[in-house]
Amino acid sequence: MTVFYIPQDTTALALGADKVAEALLDAGSQRNQSIELVRNGSRGLFWLEPLLEVDTDRGRIAFGPVSAQDIACILDSLSTDPSSHPLYLGVVDDIPYLASQQRLTFARAGRGDPLSLENYIGLNGYQGLHNALQITDQQIVDQVRESGLRGRGGAAFPAGIKWQTVLDSPSDQKYIVCNADEGDSGTFADRLLMEADPYQLIEGITIAGLAVGATQGYIYLRSEYPLAHSLLNKAIAKARRAGYLGADIQGSGKTFNLEVRLGAGAYICGEETALLESLEGKRGVVRAKPPLPAVEGLFGKPTVVNNVLTLAAVCTVLEQGAEAYKDFGTGNSRGTLAIQLAGNIKRGGLIELAFGTTLREVVEDYGQGTYSGRPIRAIQVGGPLGAFMPESQWDTPLDYEAFTAVEAMLGHGGIVVFDDTVDMSEQAQFSMQFCAIESCGKCTPCRIGAVRGVEVIERIVANQDRDNNIILLRDLCDTMEYGSLCAMGGMTAYPVRSALDHFAEDFQRSGPDKAGDN
Amino acid sequence: MVKDNNNIDSTVLKSIVDQLKDLPGALLPILHAIQSEAGYIPDDSVPIIATALNLSRAEVHGVISFYHDFKTVPTGAHRVQICRAEACQSMGSRQLEAHAKRALAVEFGDTTADGRITLEAVYCLGNCACSPSVRIDDSIHGRVDQSGFDQLIADIEGGEG
Ligand SMILES: Cc1cc2nc3c(=O)[nH]c(=O)nc-3n(C[C@H](O)[C@H](O)[C@H](O)COP(=O)(O)O)c2cc1C
Ligand code: SF4
Repeated sequence: MTVFYIPQDTTALALGADKVAEALLDAGSQRNQSIELVRNGSRGLFWLEPLLEVDTDRGRIAFGPVSAQDIACILDSLSTDPSSHPLYLGVVDDIPYLASQQRLTFARAGRGDPLSLENYIGLNGYQGLHNALQITDQQIVDQVRESGLRGRGGAAFPAGIKWQTVLDSPSDQKYIVCNADEGDSGTFADRLLMEADPYQLIEGITIAGLAVGATQGYIYLRSEYPLAHSLLNKAIAKARRAGYLGADIQGSGKTFNLEVRLGAGAYICGEETALLESLEGKRGVVRAKPPLPAVEGLFGKPTVVNNVLTLAAVCTVLEQGAEAYKDFGTGNSRGTLAIQLAGNIKRGGLIELAFGTTLREVVEDYGQGTYSGRPIRAIQVGGPLGAFMPESQWDTPLDYEAFTAVEAMLGHGGIVVFDDTVDMSEQAQFSMQFCAIESCGKCTPCRIGAVRGVEVIERIVANQDRDNNIILLRDLCDTMEYGSLCAMGGMTAYPVRSALDHFAEDFQRSGPDKAGDN
Repeated sequence: MVKDNNNIDSTVLKSIVDQLKDLPGALLPILHAIQSEAGYIPDDSVPIIATALNLSRAEVHGVISFYHDFKTVPTGAHRVQICRAEACQSMGSRQLEAHAKRALAVEFGDTTADGRITLEAVYCLGNCACSPSVRIDDSIHGRVDQSGFDQLIADIEGGEG
């Protein structure tokens, strides 16, 4: 019996993993070979998907990217010399892209069947919860605070401080809300984690519940993630049956229930207060703060709202200790960052590293340049509200403060690479358009400003009174930045201004020249 | 295979609402359930939901209209979504979008004349390392170029004879 692994992961499936799996099983029965196929999660080496792994006496070896037609040849090579196959990658854990990472949160991703609780526990899963059950709520919060863990959803607020506020807010009911709305283009780390290692998220949320005294949790999941939805629901049901959720968790007398709720295609519902409104069954309109959600959150009760990766990282902190976690990173950015390399990139994927690596190292060493083979021109980091960075900024280390210092944003760690065919006036216009489409409508600078922004850029590009319109656009950016209630309107200014500042020539082309430029 | 996507019995409607109405924050789960049954949120469901949740009809309408997912008119048998977000743009989704509109002869939000396909824009499918991305019903496809798109559409049509 030979054990094979082919991921059930959105990206692997998007590239044909099911067809590869089918071809493998067919070939097995034709050859009378006994094959066990595990549908694992993805390792996040997306440029190699579909990645086929095989247990052999030399270790777990891999081939990729594999298509259905490659299966016969790969099976032949296994009985002779696998390394002779052109898609042979060697032992998975030794693939440099993976071996050089510092995987804590994603250490388990891709090792086995994401729904196998035995597999999870065998790989140190539920160790963090086990430890949390031995100590007081305050001690759990202390550990999280001492680890230096900051929110991974974008705003980078210290998790321990937020938890302390909720712990200190007396109430008959408190909630944990996991923000799984992952709306930023170029990000997929939350999805990968939910699809490859859902129990880790469930464990992290449970620990948060114990820490602050909450008995009910919700995962607010975007509707664009149907696979994550079904895997999470199955994992929650299994965890409940095994006594990791529900009443009397592992005989501790503590109760915690968890439910997945689907969003409905609104980017603004990633903003925590809009998310809470949405969970309450209302329009996803941003709330004014204060009160903080930690004090008056879901249904007016004290609520922890954390990103998927923040809650998952809590498992590492509780399992390995605050000090061990804090040892990774630089300055005030402690631990590891899930870098998501995307867009026009040769080797895109999930790269978990301690904070501090430079953007250039990630894009050049891991990414190996663009997919198109053309020079890189601009890199947008941190999603649609993040700045476009020109080459002069690529040596910036990936750390929250270093990015802020160059008027950029690390955000959720998404990196979108553009080659030299990009027209930055189009990108700036898209930033405004996206804000116009996704604005919750509460404040004028955002709701109206974004619409005006689209029009002004239209006129600049058409060379209608260009200089004055550029001044107007900058004014509009300032108004949006200072007059908006939340970062949707407030930070749309960043990509727009960065395009104006660093790629001014793209706003100087007028209609006829532009066509000849590509 | 094609379910009658655009019809819902009022007893089915009432039973969906009854089953879910006691959930905290029940409105979105109810709307999702109705839409997955009927393909859209029929007008006649609004008063039923409003009564069950003790809301005004205007409040229910307000929520339906806020979210891009919820449709108030019947849609095609299949939903085809093209990602318009930045990662896909960097890999040519603008051209793909134009091609798709031409090939299906519709704009975003519209349904083909034969009622088979509704074309929609979407902002990120989480497949950003292998763009451009297209979602057809619940399956997501990566590295979709123009001929790949045509193939996917042909597969939908072929799959149902
Ligand atoms: C427009 C907007 C969209 C956001 N989208 C997300 C999102 O998709 N996921 C997320 O975790 N945080 C998102 N945030 C940040 C949340 O408001 C909030 O800071 C976060 O959920 C807190 O969790 P954390 O401290 O663990 O990061 C968004 C913020 C804004 C202003
Ligand atoms: S800035 Fe935009 S999204 Fe944020 S509260 Fe104002 S209108 Fe809503």
